[in-house]
Amino acid sequence: MTGTEYLQEKGLSVVVKTATRWMKGFIFLYGAYIVCFGHLTPGGGFPGGVIIAATFVLITLAFGREYALGKLGKLLASELDSLGALLFLFLAAGGLYAGSKFFTNFIEKAHPTGTFRLFSAGIIPLCNISIGVKVGASLFMVFIILAVVRVVVVNGKGKLITTEKAGTK
Amino acid sequence: MTEMAVGILLLLMLMGSLIALETSNLLSAVVAVGAVGAFASITFLLIGAPDIAITQMVVEVLSLIILIRATISRDLTTIDEDRDIPGLAATLIVLMAMLVFGLEALRSLPQFGAPAFTASPAAPAHRYLASGLKETGAANAVAAVILDYRGYDTLGEATVLFTSILGALAILRVSARKKRMRSRK
Repeated sequence: MTGTEYLQEKGLSVVVKTATRWMKGFIFLYGAYIVCFGHLTPGGGFPGGVIIAATFVLITLAFGREYALGKLGKLLASELDSLGALLFLFLAAGGLYAGSKFFTNFIEKAHPTGTFRLFSAGIIPLCNISIGVKVGASLFMVFIILAVVRVVVVNGKGKLITTEKAGTK
Repeated sequence: MTEMAVGILLLLMLMGSLIALETSNLLSAVVAVGAVGAFASITFLLIGAPDIAITQMVVEVLSLIILIRATISRDLTTIDEDRDIPGLAATLIVLMAMLVFGLEALRSLPQFGAPAFTASPAAPAHRYLASGLKETGAANAVAAVILDYRGYDTLGEATVLFTSILGALAILRVSARKKRMRSRK
């Protein structure tokens, strides 16, 4: 059981906690920027979503799982995951509604004053946002499931440490 | 210049992969895999694919965190036992066969750095580059391709991710683990 004791206590040292408190907003903002400007600059829904998930992973590592799950619960994460997927599907089906084919870009594409505008490219930024929400929520859920809920050995027999029981432990 | 840098990075990636395979400490292996991913990200940046570089870097960081959390919380982090001889021989034979076929396939590939998808005049890449901005309004050509011209691919990718997360949730949920542990007793 070497190397696992410090994982059981809540969060990391005060240095990490302070740095995380200052940095988490900026990291989240960077992820949101990568998602929203995916049609203009390198990036897009997937990498931006991973950065947003990394924000919550950082909060989980620094402050412990109860704090992070208080910010973004598992139920809310799974709902956001489904919501992003459905939004992407509805955007794709919107082409049918507009009287054309599936996945037709049915919003006006070009900005009247030129290229490199945030509000251009029709449904592409909206698709990026839906993919970003979906990827961020689902990867945070994967982290919570794989790394936080775990089986540990207590007094020679297996014991399950869950997010519900972690407070009483 | 770029070719030499890419060559050095490929060499470093090979070294990282070998260290990850040969080290007996699982944590060192995970860190070596992370180094390989970081070098791959720099390589993508050098050969002009910033979208892939960003994706590679952030996915590498996140998967490294998950792997380390999953690795050092397990009791078994070192592997002491030797490899068995028949398994090693079979692996070597399969690797040799793949090497032979791979060298044969390498000969038919275009020159390194030559854009393969614009070799034919009827290739769709010409249209993406020439009229992608006009037809989709997206200044980033990659976003124009993956979300407009090839939207079905992205929808399929999103479906794959959704389904795999669903499967992971079903297998790894708490009640399933409890049942498995109860049956083990």
